[in-house]
Amino acid sequence: MGATIETPAGTAQAMVLNMGPQHPSTHGVLRVALELDGETVIRAEPDIGYLHTGIEKTCEAKTYMQAITLTDRMDYLCPLSNNLGYCLAVEKLLGLEIPKRAQYVRVLLTELTRIASHLVWLGTHAIDLGAMSVFLYCFREREEVMKIFEMMAGQRMMTSYFRIGGLALEPPSGWLERVTEFVESFPSHLEEYETLLTENRIWKMRTIGVGVISPQDAVAWGISGPALRAAGVDYDVRKYFPYSGYDEFEFDVPTRKESDCYARYLVRLEEMRQSLRIVKQAMAKVPADGPIRAEAPGIIPPQREKMKTEMEALIYHFKIFTEGFSPAPGQVYQRIESPRGELGCYVVSDGSPKPFRVKFRAPSFVNLQALPLLCEGRLVADVVACIGTLDIVLGEIDR
Amino acid sequence: MAEAVETPEHPIAARLSAWDAGVVAGAETFREELTVTVPRSELLRVAGFLCHEPELQFTFLSDLTATDHTPIEPRFAVVYHLLSIPHRRTMRLRTWTEGANPLVPSVTSVWPTANWHEREVFDLFGIRFEGHPDLRRLLLPLDWEGHPLRRDYPTGGYR
Repeated sequence: MGATIETPAGTAQAMVLNMGPQHPSTHGVLRVALELDGETVIRAEPDIGYLHTGIEKTCEAKTYMQAITLTDRMDYLCPLSNNLGYCLAVEKLLGLEIPKRAQYVRVLLTELTRIASHLVWLGTHAIDLGAMSVFLYCFREREEVMKIFEMMAGQRMMTSYFRIGGLALEPPSGWLERVTEFVESFPSHLEEYETLLTENRIWKMRTIGVGVISPQDAVAWGISGPALRAAGVDYDVRKYFPYSGYDEFEFDVPTRKESDCYARYLVRLEEMRQSLRIVKQAMAKVPADGPIRAEAPGIIPPQREKMKTEMEALIYHFKIFTEGFSPAPGQVYQRIESPRGELGCYVVSDGSPKPFRVKFRAPSFVNLQALPLLCEGRLVADVVACIGTLDIVLGEIDR
Repeated sequence: MAEAVETPEHPIAARLSAWDAGVVAGAETFREELTVTVPRSELLRVAGFLCHEPELQFTFLSDLTATDHTPIEPRFAVVYHLLSIPHRRTMRLRTWTEGANPLVPSVTSVWPTANWHEREVFDLFGIRFEGHPDLRRLLLPLDWEGHPLRRDYPTGGYR
């Protein structure tokens, strides 16, 4: 915390403006210290840390399974992506194979999360730039996704639905019908948003040519996700390093060349359509029944029925919930494509039941660092547009 | 369960050794992930080579972090997760630094994105990065005492 930009003394031309930490367009508690000449930004410096809760430190005091609940609380707009990244990392550390049914449910739900997260982004970004009604429409559709999550996990936001080795609960009856309803109604809603924004003159004036970054700079500054793809680099972890069976799905990775706020808007809209394609395929692929957790005695909790008939199952259950399980010493880095970009989870084991080190490579953290590149030399109003299209979540930036 | 295996013959490790035989202090593979350990003094040169060599092109620094192995010396490992978008390859680079005066050369000149990562590591581990343009605390208040991610820092903090 703390910025180097200070209010100048005397009769200096420049003025210092603190945008945030309590400013609605900073999407949480981000402070941007701006050095201004009139309304032009000379220098911008993001100042973070207001939401630092020491999640990585806390993970070291929890067992591998307990740490899952902490991952929800980083990026609260796509908790399932965080669950997935962490679970995949620990599964990689253990060398676990996940049943197909659990994999497809995971893919289906993470893509729904992507849609929900992009909807929040679109709504808030539009409201930042003065288009109030889009916000209301987006939250109406997001509510449908939240209801599906509530049905599956019992929770709307802090789902913790993915567990090491599979899923927390058997999907309830009627869940696929619920998803079908959403999938059928959503394309028409997407068109609604487009009619409100895509050809809207004010929207275009506020976004076209604003916040341009070259593909070389984007890579050098580690930008990932839709912001990188809007600069013409087609890096998408789902295609480059498929995980959780993404190589079995057909979908396109939308890219643009313009690399401005408008391009990032178009890329995210198209991503929602592609996510919908994946959801549809996953619905067709997911088997009606079958195991939702891997068979790994001593690591994955046994089924309830087995505990009542088998002594070993009862012992494993007791041991897993009292001391946890101990992976062999080693280190893994698992990257996944979260709605915001490359989410990396680095887990180091020293052979004890608690992780030796857990580090999350938060995409928002890295993307936000490039904010000065996007907005220096432009107007204050453009800073709002730039923060908006970077789609940051302070929960995962500060961790 | 599988252990990490020494793999000096891995193409990336072999390429590094062919370039300069002295820079690879260790190369191991665990779960198909390559970790190359380099001496601290060679880090910056290796980073530049990995980033600019046309055969490798690790131009994307995904992540930079550290681990604290106290009471073992050298105490800290600084870990770099690299990605080559053109070649669709990843690797992990690691270097060690002692606990008494933890100091590692900054790689901001190679990958500008390392700026905040290194500030975060400085903030939470107290490792200094030589040549960093603006090494200040990032997440914690500037007057904070101690470095919370060190293993000897209590989880509940000092009271």
